[in-house]
Amino acid sequence: MWSLTPAEVQTLLLSLKVALCSVAASLPVAIAISWVLSRLSFPGKGLLDAVVHLPLVLPPVVVGYFLLVLFGRHGPLGAPLHDYLGITFTFRWTGAALASAVMGLPLLVRAVRQSLDAVDRGLEQAAATLGASPAWVFASVTLPLILPGILTGMLLSFARGLGEFGATITFVSNIPGETRTLPLAIFTYTEVPGGDVAALRLCLISVALSLAALIASETLLRRAVVRAAGRDA
Amino acid sequence: MLEFDARCRLGSFALEAAFRSEGRVTALFGRSGAGKSTVLNLIAGLARPSSGRIAIDGRTLYDGAAGVDLAPHARRIGYVFQEGRLLPHLTVRQNLLYGRFFSGNRQRAAATSLDQAIALLGIAPLLERRPAALSGGERQRVAIGRALLAQPSLLLLDEPLAALDAPRKAEILYYIERLRDEVGVPIVYVSHSLDELVRIADRVVLLSEGRVLAAGTIHEMSARIELRPYLGRHEGGAVIEARVAAQDLESGLARLEFAGGVLQVPDVEALAGENVRVRIRARDVSIALEPPSGVSILNVLPGTVAELGAADGSSLDVRIDIGGSPVIARITRHSAARLALAPGKRVFAMIKAVSLDRRSVGYA
Repeated sequence: MWSLTPAEVQTLLLSLKVALCSVAASLPVAIAISWVLSRLSFPGKGLLDAVVHLPLVLPPVVVGYFLLVLFGRHGPLGAPLHDYLGITFTFRWTGAALASAVMGLPLLVRAVRQSLDAVDRGLEQAAATLGASPAWVFASVTLPLILPGILTGMLLSFARGLGEFGATITFVSNIPGETRTLPLAIFTYTEVPGGDVAALRLCLISVALSLAALIASETLLRRAVVRAAGRDA
Repeated sequence: MLEFDARCRLGSFALEAAFRSEGRVTALFGRSGAGKSTVLNLIAGLARPSSGRIAIDGRTLYDGAAGVDLAPHARRIGYVFQEGRLLPHLTVRQNLLYGRFFSGNRQRAAATSLDQAIALLGIAPLLERRPAALSGGERQRVAIGRALLAQPSLLLLDEPLAALDAPRKAEILYYIERLRDEVGVPIVYVSHSLDELVRIADRVVLLSEGRVLAAGTIHEMSARIELRPYLGRHEGGAVIEARVAAQDLESGLARLEFAGGVLQVPDVEALAGENVRVRIRARDVSIALEPPSGVSILNVLPGTVAELGAADGSSLDVRIDIGGSPVIARITRHSAARLALAPGKRVFAMIKAVSLDRRSVGYA
């Protein structure tokens, strides 16, 4: 009763893999976009900001559809990625990760940008006068100071990835063992007669997973905030 | 030698300033908003001039005409900011060593080692702490050490005492004096306090509204009556250079010899033979036509009136030449008329010894 079935384990691991990979892949992109939005001013900045935030306001199905058009086997981005780099998204777990990454990106960017805006530029200037080049200033001053924001953003985006449904099912369908993450599995069980118990079990797993992620990130965050604020831990 | 010549515009503020200085400590003096910090930012590369040239010991940092504009990290300028700006996520030790990582080859011939800096600034007990756990004075000492350990060719101090209370000010001033006397790095010191200037600066650049009003040694500048409004009417006065001839332990008075004679000053913390600078506040100097008798005033110096300043309300400034050393007296217009003061008239300048307090004496 309390042990997980092989199918449940498979779903759980797949969900974790998809969510973790999506966060890992979108983090550098999010930091770069946040930096551009926070530090540069150029025509079209508002547009970039809006495009990044689109997944937050669009129906996920619409995002999934756009992904299908862009990253499908014959799409303008999907075709070269497949031909030259051998990366395929359609009907693969990588596609599920991509959908999660896109849906989580605005959350990640918002959190990172907010902490970037809050960084005292005077500290970066001080580091520069001590001989640190801009890249070193970023790595040794900016990055440690925005770590709390990065962790917050990673948690939000990770949680968003675990719960991603609409864009995933539209983009990569619902293939057991490949793209059937927790929400998709729960949805599948609710569609078949007598699947209630199985659906409930997956729902409880989902709750436990989210709680664990929340607690872990809160612990990390507390440490990071203490460090960035310069108090003795 | 520091050569500075730059124009720049920041919003509604325009700076157009040029000066050169060979002093160990060059003070940028002026009211807030005069452009002092802007000059520092231009030297450090944190602000960009629209044109001009900035060089240190012949090394060009910026030259608008030649298209030279070194990035801040390539300038080797140590900058001690008003508020310290220690990196909050690093310990004091890590802050101190931050610049060392980047100074590469220069480190081998390091002028200042970590141990030296720690000893000089008395920060050994702080090394493992984080900046948030430091007091204002401690933070400023660490900031000075950090700038010094990056092996700069010039050290910029931007009102390092502004955020501190009086006892902390005295403490940091002492460390800055040691820095000046024991480390060979030239310093540009921004201040609007004459006390600090008298104690540590040998050259003064007076800024007002983005322009250089005057520049020179502190005794030249302090003797110019027309600069009095800028150097501080209340605290201001002539600065003379003197040598401690003798310390009388019994009375606690030091005999200071200067070009015009002898001054008796209490509580001078210098040994016989050492050179000091004494600021004689203009409002503490009174004038007599005859040598007075039966007065408590210890310092009565014969001289001639050299210049009468323009009346400012009910008062005016009088420059008295005392054997080649200028002393400025601030007296009422009424007294000046009563004594019929005019250039060339022989007078006696009287200065109470107790008015020359600890804060008026600097160690050159």
